[in-house]
Amino acid sequence: MSEPKPDPTIEARARRGRNIALALGLVLFVVLVFVVTVVRMGGNVGLRPL
Amino acid sequence: MAMSPALPRTSAPPRWQDYVQLLKPRVMSLVIFTAITGMVCADSSVNPILGAIAIFCIAVGAGASAAFNMWYDADIDAKMRRTRARPVPSGKVQGSDALAMGGVLSMFSVMLLGMTTNWLAAGLLAFTIFFYAVVYTMWLKRSTPQNIVIGGLAGALPPVIGWAAATGTAPLNAWLLCAIIFMWTPPHFWALSLYTSEDYEKAGVPMMPVTAGAASTRKQILIYSLLFVPLCIVPVFTGLGGLTYLAVAGLGGLVFLVLAWRVFKSRAGEAAGERNDDGLYDVKGGSKDARNLFAFSILYLTLLFATLLAEHALGLPGVGVL
Repeated sequence: MSEPKPDPTIEARARRGRNIALALGLVLFVVLVFVVTVVRMGGNVGLRPL
Repeated sequence: MAMSPALPRTSAPPRWQDYVQLLKPRVMSLVIFTAITGMVCADSSVNPILGAIAIFCIAVGAGASAAFNMWYDADIDAKMRRTRARPVPSGKVQGSDALAMGGVLSMFSVMLLGMTTNWLAAGLLAFTIFFYAVVYTMWLKRSTPQNIVIGGLAGALPPVIGWAAATGTAPLNAWLLCAIIFMWTPPHFWALSLYTSEDYEKAGVPMMPVTAGAASTRKQILIYSLLFVPLCIVPVFTGLGGLTYLAVAGLGGLVFLVLAWRVFKSRAGEAAGERNDDGLYDVKGGSKDARNLFAFSILYLTLLFATLLAEHALGLPGVGVL
């Protein structure tokens, strides 16, 4: 039995959706690392002896 | 091991929702709930932003282990009614994609949790992912009827990770939360498997009713229940639970024991051929007692953790005699 052939238009749309999801995931990661860094650094800066 | 290359592939390309399903979102919601309970019960002041990111990491770690599980178990998932619609066995997502997703999310969640909180919490999360993906999925699940007993540790660890994320330590009370989920798992899953054992048998998974029989499974459900319910009272003595918790754990525990006794006295799991195929969890004749215990076990565990969460969030004191 031959494997069903995917519709190129649908395939392209699905690929685009996955790419957007991946991009959003990467952006989320960058934002989270930034936020964690700021919050943790902020706490340490506050604890510095003056 | 027969994985995705041998499985069908649909003509429709995978959608992002199929990838979300790889993470087992319902299991993830339970992990989030128990991890938050652990974090709140630690009674430590946690920066709310860091706390939220830590819970997010624990949830993503749980999702990563689920993706590993879906990749490895695609062959047996395809044989069971309960799991055949999952993304990999249904051909919506390639097994290699699930494997890659599991790997990337594991690294992401562990590293970010370590950066956000501490490396004890991150190490515990890494161990949980390893235990679920390798020890349970790849080893125990296909080799021993004790699979869900030992493998249950993976599902029991999130409150300890939450506690460790908040404090950097994992004291007795954190492990008590872990022990409660650990002891809850056998009666919960064996009650389910009593009325889905045909599926497990078809897939070659050595669940207790398949290997030891329904009568032995019912007896072990009762034994584990007799150990589990007193364990649920212990947090009152260690100061983790207060009087409200004592009432919930005591009354709920009595109901749990009554239901476990009914399962023991029933013929649950033995009435083969009387199955009603109208729905996923339709019950074989005589197995209603098992279904009742399965349903109540979810409610009981939820109530226990919700009560602890409420008591600590509201600052209600525990009794604590130890």
